[in-house]
Amino acid sequence: MRILLATPILAVALAISVAALAADEPAFELSLKEHKFTPAEVTIPVDKRVKLTIKNLDATPAEFESHAFKAEKIVPGGGEVSLYIGPLKAGTYGFFDDFHASETKGTLVVK
Amino acid sequence: MLATLLIVFREVIEAGLIVGIVLAATRGVPGRGLFVGYGVAGGVAGACLVAAFAGEIAGLFQGSGQELFNAGILMLAVGMLGWHNVWMASHGRTIAQEMRQVGAAVASGQRPLAALAIVCGVAVLREGSEIVLFLYGIAASGGTSALGMLAGGTLGVLAGACVSALMYLGLLTIPARYLFSFTSGLITLLAAGLAAQAVAFLQQAGYVDVLTATVWDTSWLLADDSVLGRLMHTLIGYTDRPSGAQLVVYVLVIAVIVGLMRFTRAATSAHGVRASVGAAAPVPAES
Repeated sequence: MRILLATPILAVALAISVAALAADEPAFELSLKEHKFTPAEVTIPVDKRVKLTIKNLDATPAEFESHAFKAEKIVPGGGEVSLYIGPLKAGTYGFFDDFHASETKGTLVVK
Repeated sequence: MLATLLIVFREVIEAGLIVGIVLAATRGVPGRGLFVGYGVAGGVAGACLVAAFAGEIAGLFQGSGQELFNAGILMLAVGMLGWHNVWMASHGRTIAQEMRQVGAAVASGQRPLAALAIVCGVAVLREGSEIVLFLYGIAASGGTSALGMLAGGTLGVLAGACVSALMYLGLLTIPARYLFSFTSGLITLLAAGLAAQAVAFLQQAGYVDVLTATVWDTSWLLADDSVLGRLMHTLIGYTDRPSGAQLVVYVLVIAVIVGLMRFTRAATSAHGVRASVGAAAPVPAES
């Protein structure tokens, strides 16, 4: 019975703490135009979860992807998406548009 | 053309390996070709729909509709694969016996077949929608000629199908006696890997905010973007930089599926023993 009561309380507490965590993540932005990332290099703080927003100014869809920091998200043509990454250790991490993998690349610097 | 070939090849393999495992796991079950065929056809149709509404899906749920959609269909596949394994644990022996008595297994084999058709469907849906979006993007930006794209796409599908067929034929060389236990193991790892991928999507969308840090990095040994890395990623959910939550879920899914399989197997064999003891009345009970 005590467990039955504790479960919803714990769940609510967890939900609140998750919501609180989500609120104060530093946010970064980059855009995609003519299959080029701007800026091509984004610097984020070390050991910190961050929110990254990608604006696709091209008419064609792109897929923001990174093997190094594990991201995979389709950015519709003319649309924008946000995703959470990290916490990451110091270093440089590559990312690219999977639909134009050879020409559309960028770097994430963590320091 | 080369870019088209490579990306189509890659996505076809990812879906094809799953279809190959499902075909091997249902060897000897009548009607499986039809079910798997429906699953694949449904997946192709769904992929076109998903690609057409990619923008809308991405915009749902405060912009994380894409991750929720992906995580949702991955978890659906995990559930169906787990159900299949648990079902096989109690009926596998019967099916193996009835395989010789043609037709008897039809009715009993239908239910997990429907589940596995869904698994094939969602695998094709996920990889297929990426192919459709990619091809649309290439066509719209006028990067290559239509002919080059068609040639690259066709070659990619053929090459991907060949690798998947080789994998299926390789599985079939395993003697029938061991095949089901091997495919059960493979399906358990496959399910755990899919669940770990679902966790990655939920972390990316910000829904899972615990244990998000990378636990280890084996990219020097086997990188996710290498051919072997991708194969292992599809088959057993290998990832070179797993997060803590991914590892927890991976182990948890294996434990739950294996636990349920043991439980149902023990329950059905205990039932079987009791029935045979009852039938042969004067046998001492302590044996």
